[in-house]
Amino acid sequence: MPPEEKLYLPESAADKKMADRRRFLAGLSATLGGLAVVLAGFPLLGFLFSPLIKKTPRIWRRVGPVEKFEVGKTVAVSFTDATPLPWAGVTSETAAWLRRESETEFTAFAVNCTHLGCPVRWLQSAELFLCPCHGGVYYANGDVAAGPPPLPLPRYPARIRKGQVEILTSPVPITPFTF
Amino acid sequence: MKSLLKNLIDAFEDRTGLIGQMKQAALHKVPPGAKWLYVFGSATLFAFFLQVFTGIILATTYVPSSGQAYDSLNFITNEAAFGHVVRGLHYFGASAMIILIGLHTIRVFLTGSYKYPREVNWLTGALLMPLVLGMAFTGQLLRWDQNGVWGVMVAAEQAGRTPFIGKYVAHFILAGDTVGGATLTRFYALHVFIIPGLIFLLIGLHLYLVLRNGISEPPRSGHPVNPLTYRAEYHEMLEREGRPFWPDAAWRDVVFGFAMIVVVFALAWFVGPPALGNPPNPSLLHAVPRPDWYFLWYFALFALMPPSLESLAILSIPVVLGILFLCLPFINNKGERSPLRRPWAVAFVLATLIMIGTLWHLGVKSPWSPDFSAKPLPAEVVRVTSGPAYEGAILFHQKGCEYCHNIDGYGGHRGPNLSYVADFMTEREMKLRIMNGRGNMPAFAAILKPQELADLLAFLETRHRNAGLMAKPVVTQQDPR
Repeated sequence: MPPEEKLYLPESAADKKMADRRRFLAGLSATLGGLAVVLAGFPLLGFLFSPLIKKTPRIWRRVGPVEKFEVGKTVAVSFTDATPLPWAGVTSETAAWLRRESETEFTAFAVNCTHLGCPVRWLQSAELFLCPCHGGVYYANGDVAAGPPPLPLPRYPARIRKGQVEILTSPVPITPFTF
Repeated sequence: MKSLLKNLIDAFEDRTGLIGQMKQAALHKVPPGAKWLYVFGSATLFAFFLQVFTGIILATTYVPSSGQAYDSLNFITNEAAFGHVVRGLHYFGASAMIILIGLHTIRVFLTGSYKYPREVNWLTGALLMPLVLGMAFTGQLLRWDQNGVWGVMVAAEQAGRTPFIGKYVAHFILAGDTVGGATLTRFYALHVFIIPGLIFLLIGLHLYLVLRNGISEPPRSGHPVNPLTYRAEYHEMLEREGRPFWPDAAWRDVVFGFAMIVVVFALAWFVGPPALGNPPNPSLLHAVPRPDWYFLWYFALFALMPPSLESLAILSIPVVLGILFLCLPFINNKGERSPLRRPWAVAFVLATLIMIGTLWHLGVKSPWSPDFSAKPLPAEVVRVTSGPAYEGAILFHQKGCEYCHNIDGYGGHRGPNLSYVADFMTEREMKLRIMNGRGNMPAFAAILKPQELADLLAFLETRHRNAGLMAKPVVTQQDPR
């Protein structure tokens, strides 16, 4: 051991006191440093995770008068998200595939393929939804017809109010772990 | 005058010691055999510098706002002086960086340079690799056209398959319930601050370790690494035959780096950056989302793997590969370095390259995707002008058959080619298959009226190999993609 390190070895009572003092000062520094990180970090993490903490309200958006839609047909409709940010521009739009089942009944399908979220396209003449990414296919009622999708097309709540079709703004459907 | 300058330099050196340090680093001895195989690491670094500078220049004009990023990129590409070239440099620089970090990794792996005492060199590099891929992914998103928006969606869906917390991770990535105003800026912060900061840090550490442990000497078969004696042998070899890094070895780095910059510049100037797609409006549904070339093979993997394994694979493939990649030198840090004595290492690299190459090739063609651009079959393919077979040919397009099935060069490749279907299926078999579906064939029982089914079958019945005797089938037309 080099001689200069030997000097720091506690040998006398005074040395021991000094060593205790050093241990205390090191502990104090580590604790204060940690506290400072926690103190400053708490609001930062809160800010970063705010999309999970703050609940987005869900509201009914009109997508058109009832008579605009033909029974048995499925068409793309778009509506604005519940609380778009002022700078969101076109990204505040969301689409759905709206099917008029009968005079009084509408079904709104999410456009996101349950495989990996790509936008499915409706082919009216073939009465199928096709996904452009990995070849998923769904029937008119949203059931999987072919390809990798693990679940049927999700649906958004839809209703008729005062002659208008309305869709409830909803989170993008996320396919959970399935096995 | 000269002595004044010299005094100034001396005083600076006295106060900082930087010049001596730099001299020491530049003139440190390297093994003499380190030649052209050793240039990929420095070229990756040069490509990174190019990315930093072109990125800063782009950031002077790019508006990181979900609503305006697209317009600002349009301005950069089409109106700003040299904007087109700067974007091109940034894009091809990114491509170069990915190729070079790949080559560097393969070289280090094949020459066993990750073995003692360079395990931590490998570790820092293995951490840099996912960061570089992260830059590539977030960079494509910042293009913020339709592809960018759906790229975020695909990322969120993949993260959504995490057990228990998947939904939260997905909405954390989207920064809310849907893609919106807060989404782009998350990826902007990642791409411009967080990941580059980490890359700078790790590059510093990586280079420090290269200097500390020295550049690995080219391996010789029959000279295994023995941790007990390696360092002494290495230093003895350097003393005996080492050359100063500058300029004996560095000139190759400069020449190769220069060539890389020239190639990137030429591509940026003559080919230009990838075109912007449609605006980032999530309600525009005519989208064909595709990753940039470096992730196409991964995209293909998800089209081809058995769907039942998918949830498990989405997470476990990157996690398991990542852990193995990081742990490699701790599993195996001594013994032979020469690829001539490590056939499994060579086989592993070849297998990986073949796998990625095959998946990449398939990703480019995407035969599993419906061909949305399919047009009605032309008259020379239909061969009749009236009657049930003629009606059936129209239905073949209308009912979506042609999106997935090819006839005489027209249509998609998702399902079997039906050019000669009547040769290998009876009418009854065709009818059952169409009505009930099977595997990836949807059931059309509820979609086709009896007359439509009869017409369609009448058309398919005319699809014989020898039908060309009556009219010449056209098989030259290629899939437009």
